[in-house]
Amino acid sequence: MSAVLEQLEQRRAEARLGGGQKRIDAQHAKGKLTARERLDVLLDEGSFEEFDMYVTHRTTDFGMAEQTVAGDGVVTGWGTINGRLVYVFSQDFTVLGGSLSETHAQKICKIMDMAVRNGAPVIGLNDSGGARIQEGVASLAGYADVFKRNVDASGVVPQISVIMGPCAGGAVYSPAMTDFIFMVRDSSYMFVTGPDVVKTVTNEIVTAEELGGARTHTQKSSVADGAFENDVEALEAIRRLFDFLPLNNREKPPVRPFYDDPSRLEMRLDTLIPDSANKPYDMKELILAIADEAEFFEIQEAFARNIITGFVRIEGQTVGVVANQPMVLAGCLDIDSSRKAARFVRFCDAFSIPILTLVDVPGFLPGTAQEYGGVIKHGAKLLFAYSQANVPMVTLITRKAYGGAYDVMASKHIGADINYAWPTAEIAVMGAKGATEILYRSELGDAEKIAARTKEYEVNFANPFKAAERGFIDEVIMPHSSRKRIARAFAALRGKKLDAPWKKHDTIPL
Amino acid sequence: MIKKILIANRGEIACRVIKSARKMGIKTVAVYSDADREALHVKMADEAIHIGPAPSAQSYIVIDKILDAIRQTGADAVHPGYGFLSENSKFAEALDKEGVIFVGPPVRAIKAMGDKITSKKLAAEAGVSTVPGHMGLIEDAEEAVKIAGQIGYPVMIKASAGGGGKGMRIAWNDAEAREGFQSSKNEAKSSFGDDRIFIEKFVTQPRHIEIQVLGDQHGNLLYLGERECSIQRRNQKVIEEAPSPFLDEATRKAMGEQAVALGKAVGYFSAGTVEFIVDGERNFYFLEMNTRLQVEHPVTELITGIDLVEQMIRVAAGEKLAIRQDDVKLNGWAIESRLYAEDPFRNFLPSIGRLTRYRPPVEGRREDGTVVRNDTGVFEGGEISMYYDPMIAKLCTWAPDRLTAVRAMSRALDDFEVEGIGHNLPFLSAVMEQDRFRKGELTTAYIAEEFPDGFQGVSPSEEAAKVLAAVAGLINLRTQKRGVLVSGALANHPRTVGKDWVVTLAGHSFPVSVRDEGSKTTVVFGEETPLTISSDWLPGRPHASFVVEGRTVGIKVQPAGSGWRLRWRGIDVVARVRSPRVAELAELMPEKLPPDTSKMLLCPMPGVVTSILVGEGDTVEAGQSLATVEAMKMENVLRAERRGVVKTVAAKAGESLAVDELILEFE
Repeated sequence: MSAVLEQLEQRRAEARLGGGQKRIDAQHAKGKLTARERLDVLLDEGSFEEFDMYVTHRTTDFGMAEQTVAGDGVVTGWGTINGRLVYVFSQDFTVLGGSLSETHAQKICKIMDMAVRNGAPVIGLNDSGGARIQEGVASLAGYADVFKRNVDASGVVPQISVIMGPCAGGAVYSPAMTDFIFMVRDSSYMFVTGPDVVKTVTNEIVTAEELGGARTHTQKSSVADGAFENDVEALEAIRRLFDFLPLNNREKPPVRPFYDDPSRLEMRLDTLIPDSANKPYDMKELILAIADEAEFFEIQEAFARNIITGFVRIEGQTVGVVANQPMVLAGCLDIDSSRKAARFVRFCDAFSIPILTLVDVPGFLPGTAQEYGGVIKHGAKLLFAYSQANVPMVTLITRKAYGGAYDVMASKHIGADINYAWPTAEIAVMGAKGATEILYRSELGDAEKIAARTKEYEVNFANPFKAAERGFIDEVIMPHSSRKRIARAFAALRGKKLDAPWKKHDTIPL
Repeated sequence: MIKKILIANRGEIACRVIKSARKMGIKTVAVYSDADREALHVKMADEAIHIGPAPSAQSYIVIDKILDAIRQTGADAVHPGYGFLSENSKFAEALDKEGVIFVGPPVRAIKAMGDKITSKKLAAEAGVSTVPGHMGLIEDAEEAVKIAGQIGYPVMIKASAGGGGKGMRIAWNDAEAREGFQSSKNEAKSSFGDDRIFIEKFVTQPRHIEIQVLGDQHGNLLYLGERECSIQRRNQKVIEEAPSPFLDEATRKAMGEQAVALGKAVGYFSAGTVEFIVDGERNFYFLEMNTRLQVEHPVTELITGIDLVEQMIRVAAGEKLAIRQDDVKLNGWAIESRLYAEDPFRNFLPSIGRLTRYRPPVEGRREDGTVVRNDTGVFEGGEISMYYDPMIAKLCTWAPDRLTAVRAMSRALDDFEVEGIGHNLPFLSAVMEQDRFRKGELTTAYIAEEFPDGFQGVSPSEEAAKVLAAVAGLINLRTQKRGVLVSGALANHPRTVGKDWVVTLAGHSFPVSVRDEGSKTTVVFGEETPLTISSDWLPGRPHASFVVEGRTVGIKVQPAGSGWRLRWRGIDVVARVRSPRVAELAELMPEKLPPDTSKMLLCPMPGVVTSILVGEGDTVEAGQSLATVEAMKMENVLRAERRGVVKTVAAKAGESLAVDELILEFE
C-alpha cells in the first residue's frame, strides 16, 4: 500500500517540476514565475485542485516520443478567490515552450466545459510559444476547439486572460474572445504575425515590444484592458477584479460588507464644476466620491481616456461606471471612446451589473479622420449597447449633454431608469455659441446682437430644466447629495425585471 | 466704536480678521475678485462685494474699487490684512479723506517705513543698529556690480518696495549681481509697480528675529516679545516660533527697546513688526519695519494671550491700550508651520488646483494641555489659484515648552489631510523630526544646509519602519477578513485568512505574525517583542489614529494597487503585505527603474515660458540659465545641471506648460 502512495507522490513531484529545474531557473531569470507559482499567487492558499496532471501528448513524429512531460505544458484545475469558485488554466513555458498540442487543448477545454456547466468564471494565464508545430493540424484543431468554447462561454461566465509571456499567431484569438485581457509590462507580447514576418512582408522594422507589448495594446490597439509591472502585481490585481464580478449570468453581482455611509454628503462636489464652461475638471473625483470607500477598478485606463470605464461598489454591490472625462478631448465621444464604452456596457449587461453613467459630453469629435474611420457605425455601437441593456441604469448629467451624444449617453429615451442632473447641467442640441450662429445667421455681422442672443440662449436652454419639464430628467439634484441619491436609486432598482422580445440575436453594427 | 469693518484682503487673513470683529460685535464686509466667488472669507462675512477680475492688480489693490465697496456698504473702518494695500500710504490717505478709519498705523509711519532706504536712515537716527549697505538708488546693472564690490560679497539685492521674498536676490559674485539686479528689477516692477533697487551686506549665519510692537494713539507703545522666523526658503518664511530659542533676556530687552524707540520716532500706533538680523554673537541689525499685521502674528498671540487684531481695531477706534509693558508676559512656546501649495519634491515650486480633500486637525486645547490653532482661508473643494499666494493654512501649536510644542506640531501635521495638490506637509514634518531643529540651532540658511540636494522625502528608520509595518499588518488583516465575506463563496470551504505575513516597505522586509484579539491587534516581528496596536481604522478610511505600544500616531492610509501608501512624519512609502509564499515569489520579480529623464529639461511647475535662452546645438555650462518660466508671479530661472549640448528645443516663449512637459532635450 505505502509503495503505491509513494508512487503517487513521486508522480506528482515529477509533474510539478514541469520542464525541469534548469528551465524553471531560465523562466525566473526572465523575471517570470512558473505556471504553478502563478496559481499560488492567483488563488487562495491551498485551494487549487489540479486536473489532468499526468496527461501527455501522443505524437511520435519528429522524435516527440522522447519528449513527453506530464501535464503537457499546461496546468489546469479549479480553486477559489476569496472563497469563490474559479476555473483556471496556466500555460507552462518550461514544457516545450508552453506550445499547444491536441492534449494541451483538451485539458483547457475540459475545465472550460466544467466552468460553463457549474457557473464559474475562467481565468487563463497565457505563456506559450504557439502551436505545437510537430503536431500539425491537430494543434490547429486544438486552438479551434478552445475558440469555440470561448464563444460558447461568452456571456455565460466571465472569462479573463492574463498574457504573461508570448502569445502569437492563432493563439491570440482565444484571449481576444474573452472578456478581459491583462498584460505584464516588458515580459509579455501579443501579435498575429511577429517582427520577422512583418519585416519580410512590409519591410517595417519593429521590435516585439513595439509591435505587441503591453504599452502598444493598452494605449494604441485597445486589445488589452490593463497592464501591470510584474507577474505578482498582475495576479494580485486580478484577484481584486474577480471580487467585482458575478460568477455567471444567472447570478447577481457579488455583495461585500462595506464601511461607508450610503448617505454620505460630499460638499466639495458643489464646487466641482468650474465657473468657465471651457475649463476641464477631473471626472474621476466624482467617481471616487460616489463609490464605496473611494475604490475604483478601472478598465482600459490608458486607452481613449476621454471616456472612463470601470467598476465601483455602491452599498457593497458592484456597479459598472461609464463617464465622460472632460480632462481629455473635452470628454467628447469618438471612435475609440465609443468602442471602449460599448464593449464595457455590454459586459455589464450580460452579467447583470448595474450601470452608472456620468455625463459631460460636448458631442462627437468632428473631422475627416473620424468620418473616414466610420464614427457613424462605431458611435452606433455605444447607442446600441445602451439601448439593449436591461440592467438597472442610473444616469447623472453634471454639465454638458449636447446633441446626439446626449441621446447616446444612457438617456431616458434609450432605457435608463433614473436620470438625474446637477443644476449645472446644460442639456441642449448644442452649445450656446454654435446654436445662435445657426439660429440667427442673418445677425452674424452684428457682434453685439449675437452676444445678446447667445446670452438669451444660455439663460433659456443651457440648463437642466427644459429636459426636466418634459420628464427626461427625473430630478435635478444637489451635487453634494449625489452618492446618497444614486445609492437610493440603485437600491430601488434591485427588483428591476425587463424581458427583451425573443430573437436569435441582434445585429449590432460591429 | 467701529460698527462695520471692511476687510480689504482675502484668504486666511480676511477670515482671521472677521473672527475677531465678530467676537467684538462688529459687522464685517468682504471683498472678492472673480477667482474668489466661492472663497471662505466671502462666506464668513456678513456682506460681500465683488471688486473685479482675478489678478490682484485689477481687484484687491485697486484703491478706487475698495472705496466703492466702502460706500456701497457703509463700512466705517477698513482692515487691510497683510500684503495688498496694507502698507500703501495712498490707500490710508484716501480712507482719511473719506472719513473712514484705517485699522493700521498713521500715514507718515507707513510712508517712512515703507521705503527701505528711508527707514534705514530713520532707524540709524533713532539709535537702532543697522547693516552696512548702499542707501542710494541704483541706476543700472553695472552700478550694482560696482557698489556690490565696494560693500563686499555676499550682498543682498532688494526691491525698495519689496517684501515677502519678492524682488530679492543674493549675489556672491559680479555675474550674479548683474543678473540679480535685472531680475529683482523685473520682479519689483511686475509685483509692486516700483522698480527701485538697493543693495546691502548679506550677513552670514544669520537668524531672522523680529519684535512685535503695539501702540495706541495716546503715545503708548509696547513690545510683545519676539518671533524667530529663521526657517525660510528663498527668503520666504516657512516655520516661525515665539519666543526665539536663541535670545537671552538682555538681548530681548535691548531689541524690544530699540524697536519701541524706532516706533516712537515715527509716531507709531497699531500693530507693527521690527525685523532684525541676528548673528551668531547675538549682534542684531535692523532689517525693516513692517507697518502691518504679520502673517506669523498667531505665535505671539499664543504666548501673550493678546488678540492682536482686536487690539488693532480698538486702537484704530481711539481706545487706550489696557496693558502696559510690565503686563506683557511670555507664556510657553508657540510654533507656526505655513502649509503651502508648493511641492517640496520639486524645489518648492507652486502647485495649483483643487483641494479634493482638506481636513485640518481639530483645533483647541488637547487632553495633554497643548493647543492647536489653524488659520486658513480654504475649504475642501476649493481652488488654490495661480493668482495669489499659494498658502493653504497656518498651523500653530502651543505648549508649556519648546520640545512639547514641536511634538504637538508633528502630531498635528500627521493629522492634517490635504489632497489634490502638491504641498509641503511632508517637508514640515521632516523639519519637526530633525535633531538640529529640535535643538533650536537655526539660521536663515537652515533649509539650504539641511537639504542641500533639495527635499527627497524621509526614509524611515528601522524603528519607524516597524511602526509602519505593524500598521500595515493591521490594515491588511482587516482588509483580508472583510474580503472573505464577499457573497457567493463556496459553502463550508471558506478561505481562511492566515496569521503569517511578510510586510515590505522602503527596502525593509518584516516577516510578521498578526493576531487579532478584538479591539487589539498584536504584531509579532520574528523572534522579537510583539507590538500591540489598536485603531478604529476600517477599509476606506484615508486617515486614522493608531495606538502602537501606547504611543498614538496619526497615519494617512491610501490603497496603492494591491499595497498601501502610508504617510507619516514626512515618510511616504508603499507597504506591501503578502503571504510568506507570495512574498517569496515576489522576491523573484525584477526591479524596474523609472525612465531616464536626466537628458531632458522638464517644466517643473505649471506656468508660462517667458523666454528660452539657448538654441539647438548650443553648448551649455553647468548652472547656465536655459529658460525662464513664470508662475505665481514669480519668475523662475531654469539652469543646466551639467555641461551639455542642446539637441532639441520643444517649447517656445509664451507657451503655457503643465508640470513635466518637455522644454529642452540634451544630446
